[in-house]
Amino acid sequence: MKYGLKKFVTMLITILCISFLVYLAFDVIPGDAALAALGTDVEPERLAALREEMGLNRPFLERYFDWLLSFVTGDFGTSYKYNLPVADMIVSKLPVTVIMALISFIIMTAVSLPVGIYTAKHSGGRIDRVITVVNQIMMSVPHFFMGIIITYVFGMVFKLFTPGGFVSYETDIAGFLSYIIFPCIAIALPKIAMSVKLLRGSCVGEAKKDYVRTAYSKGNNTNKVLYRHVLKNAMIPVITLWGMMLADMLVGSIVIEQVFNIPGIGRILLTSISYRDYPVVEAIIVLIAFVVVVTNFCVDIIYGIIDPRINVGAE
Amino acid sequence: MTKRGKNVLFVSMLLTLTIALGGCAGDKEAKDSNEIAQTQTAAAAGTESSPVEKESAAQETKDVADSHITIGIPQDLDSLVPSLSQGAGTQEILFNIYEGLIKPDSDGNLIPAVASDYTMSEDGLTYTFTLRDGIKFHNGNPVTVADVKYSIDTCAGLNGGEPVISAFSNIESVETPDGQTIIITLKESSSSFLAILATVEAAIVPADVDDLQTNPIGTGPYKFVSRSLQENVILERFDEYWGEPAHIQDITLKVLADADSIVMNLEGGAVDMVARVSTTQAAEFGDNFEVLEGTMNLVQAVYLNNAAAPFDNELVRQALCYVINKQEILDFVSDGKGTPVGSSMFPAFGKYYIEELNDTYTTDIDKAKELLAQAGYADGFSFTMKVPSNYQQHVDTAQVVAEQLKQIGVTANIELIEWETWLNDVYQGRDFEATLVGVDASTLTAGAMLSRFRSDAHNNFINYKNADYDAAYANALAAEAVSDDEKATQYYKECETILADTAANVYIQDMCELVAIRKGYAGYEFYPLYIQDFSKIYITE
Amino acid sequence: MLMKSFRKKYPPNFVIGAVITVVMLLLILMSFFYTPYDITKMDSASKLAAPSFRHLMGCDNFGRDIFSRVLKGMENTFVIAFLTVVIGTAGGVLIGAFTGYFGGWLDEVLMRIIDVVFAFPSILLALVFVSIFGTGRYNVVAALGVAFIPSFARIVRSEFIKYREMDYVKSAQLAGVGRLRIIFVHILPNTFTVLMSSIMIGFNNAVLAEAGMSYLGIGVQPPDASLGSMLSESQTYLFSAPWYAVFPGLMIILLVLGFSLLADGIKA
Repeated sequence: MKYGLKKFVTMLITILCISFLVYLAFDVIPGDAALAALGTDVEPERLAALREEMGLNRPFLERYFDWLLSFVTGDFGTSYKYNLPVADMIVSKLPVTVIMALISFIIMTAVSLPVGIYTAKHSGGRIDRVITVVNQIMMSVPHFFMGIIITYVFGMVFKLFTPGGFVSYETDIAGFLSYIIFPCIAIALPKIAMSVKLLRGSCVGEAKKDYVRTAYSKGNNTNKVLYRHVLKNAMIPVITLWGMMLADMLVGSIVIEQVFNIPGIGRILLTSISYRDYPVVEAIIVLIAFVVVVTNFCVDIIYGIIDPRINVGAE
Repeated sequence: MTKRGKNVLFVSMLLTLTIALGGCAGDKEAKDSNEIAQTQTAAAAGTESSPVEKESAAQETKDVADSHITIGIPQDLDSLVPSLSQGAGTQEILFNIYEGLIKPDSDGNLIPAVASDYTMSEDGLTYTFTLRDGIKFHNGNPVTVADVKYSIDTCAGLNGGEPVISAFSNIESVETPDGQTIIITLKESSSSFLAILATVEAAIVPADVDDLQTNPIGTGPYKFVSRSLQENVILERFDEYWGEPAHIQDITLKVLADADSIVMNLEGGAVDMVARVSTTQAAEFGDNFEVLEGTMNLVQAVYLNNAAAPFDNELVRQALCYVINKQEILDFVSDGKGTPVGSSMFPAFGKYYIEELNDTYTTDIDKAKELLAQAGYADGFSFTMKVPSNYQQHVDTAQVVAEQLKQIGVTANIELIEWETWLNDVYQGRDFEATLVGVDASTLTAGAMLSRFRSDAHNNFINYKNADYDAAYANALAAEAVSDDEKATQYYKECETILADTAANVYIQDMCELVAIRKGYAGYEFYPLYIQDFSKIYITE
Repeated sequence: MLMKSFRKKYPPNFVIGAVITVVMLLLILMSFFYTPYDITKMDSASKLAAPSFRHLMGCDNFGRDIFSRVLKGMENTFVIAFLTVVIGTAGGVLIGAFTGYFGGWLDEVLMRIIDVVFAFPSILLALVFVSIFGTGRYNVVAALGVAFIPSFARIVRSEFIKYREMDYVKSAQLAGVGRLRIIFVHILPNTFTVLMSSIMIGFNNAVLAEAGMSYLGIGVQPPDASLGSMLSESQTYLFSAPWYAVFPGLMIILLVLGFSLLADGIKA
């Protein structure tokens, strides 16, 4: 409990630091809301007047806390370019990115768990060796290239989907899912390779430990030992990896969205950066970092539950 | 991150910026429609010949109810409120939803729209418009003179606030003496007033709807249905349109932010039409597409900062012009398509355009080296060429230009920058050595292209300073003031010649505009301005 | 069964990895001095030409030799990844060593900052950098370098925590050896093996991140070549010139594969 509390406080501090640094970073760069509102052909006096009116002349810390406060209450500011609430812009696109990350995550766990266990059980066998080679190659493929290959093979040769034919979940959920599955595969494949490799290595390493020998000597068969004892311990590093990967998938979809022409958070982020639409950029970056930190926190907690030793170690 | 490829946006914003020029004259009626017709080689485009139009209209009546087309657009609309819209890429779409009192047709002529006709007083100060009878907004409400007054007042800043269209600060008053007459009085006469009144920014909107951003309502042939940010905009035919109704029932405008995905979207069937594809993209299309060819109506050039060394030296600028091989650029970038130009004027301008200026500098490497040596740069030099990254064709052209300049030992370092950065640093801050962009015109008035090169023009971003030019331009304005069009034209031509002779910029071309449209659809019309008119598109099978 | 592969001194993984890496490094080395064609030389006659003996990997839409551009792109990628790892390692070792050795409030503060940076996946951090400082390869190096510091710092820190309790360190302290000397001479060399394999993994991540960035159009600018931007451009010609996509992609894969096999071999 104390361990969890400590982690939670750490998490809050981290999030606070992130929001401060991001706000600071975007405060330093030239260009602000007043300039954005008036455009480039403007007299300095009008600009100064609007700055005053918008409260941009107040001290930095005051503005930061204002921003933080409204951020916490769900008011992310107004987009310079679209003149719409940033929160609305993000909320309408968030499901796309989140669903993509979740499906990718499900694919990854669903595939890598059985494959990892199988290869660990039959380590050294022919199938294990083939899978190991395939794994090594998969891990080396950047996921946007995987996306291009998938587009070419499944989209253009086999015509299983229409490249670029994304439909929103709001209009056609089935169409949405049948399109989104391909980018999800592109995101998941390299991750599957990594987690199979780690799971296999972790199981094999665990299997060499003394307690496994003891379990065997008690007359347990391989499956029992594997599922009851080895796997539980072997999963610890794998869960850490999965936690990191979930965050990775959220961000990885920024690039994949580009490959598959999907209008999600990544698209909004990239276009907002190019338009210097800082309120949007700020909000998305803080949100993603927030998700990453929370994920890490959850991993730490799960970690603590699986492996009670950590509780002691951390004190 | 924007990948390069968020097409067109750049031309776009230029339009907004060029709009800011007021007080420049020119005869907007005098467009050489032959020039424009030439560019419309598309077999199916039924330009002015209404018989073709009628025939096809009859053909497609059977599937009118559920006809649909998906059109790819290179960036999302920046605003749905016409007076707040910035990019030409936005305005060309809004053209289908909103209309002004008058609007341009595909020949560039101004035709009555919300007004059914208009008259101008002798002194050019008073314009009287008659409201079109029975015209309705998309929400079914009739358009009233109050709506018109509200819209024009907003643009002119007469409702309080700053004028949205700076040229409209010239408006003295808008009066509505009766239920169908609108009288606009100007402070001083302006021959570009009508052209600006015809832009979509000056569109007539309902006075009683205050959330146009989410609920845009106009009088155009298409009405707004819905929008999903960075994804699509959905339009539907407005059945109570005052004019000839649009042919296709539903239009989905799909945002294709990444130029590299255009071919895949078209070939794969996700999109039926994309305006302004590149020639290399066009070459990828199979038999199920028709590629229509027109011109972009802009001047693509390496714009040189005439105040920054070494480009403050005329000899250096001329040397660059002698190295550049326009035909080679066209061959590399667009399979030879496009029209080389030699000054800040393009063919759609008709009488103002001087084709011969294109031959001011014929590629001559020795001559270029000689000029460089004279200027004291015998060993060449290097400079930075800023290029907006969102427009592939400029990025491509820049690479060819850099390659050609190597021949005289000049190194052009390409720096790709975002469009917003370009606006801030290059256009506004004038902090650059050279930049490769296209400059277009918001109206077909000579001033739209030429006024910016006056020494003291606020948008003279290349810092061009030439007393002869200023004098010639002043003469042109003076001639216009007394309606001596011939003389004015002559002076404008002198301006163009001075630009060419002094090598103000390294002029390249008016780029070709290719429109890819799926077989089964036809009727796309090119405008001499930055406009996409969806109402003319129809289904052929 | 398991032990079988360990018995061999050089597992096949390692050998294959070494061969690929050596070949790639030789190609990169060569590209510094020689490419078959000038990488910006355009030739309108061979636009999108298919692979042939004249152009081993064919030509791009400007008729530029893809093989030459791939070589140059690999060089760019390699240099960027190398610099990134250098920044990441140097920063990581310094921070990790001091926080691990001294602990206390310094440790707390620095590790919080590390946590903050760690919360940004490298591409995201690079995007933040780019939106603030603009595009360009050095911005990418800086961004990725900073993004890589935390992982190195964490590894080095945990090693230092382990070693600082060891007897030989304690006796050195008692003998009055300077703290800096203990950190850099007595402890640091011992972390080398652990560090080495994370450097290799870090290098691979840097290669992949750089490719992703230049795919998005950030980083190396045209007409200079980069594998990511070539892949991005190649999408338009996927049907008519699939080789344009295949070769740059293949080279990224080989570059990464070589190092990861090598890293595996070293660990084993």
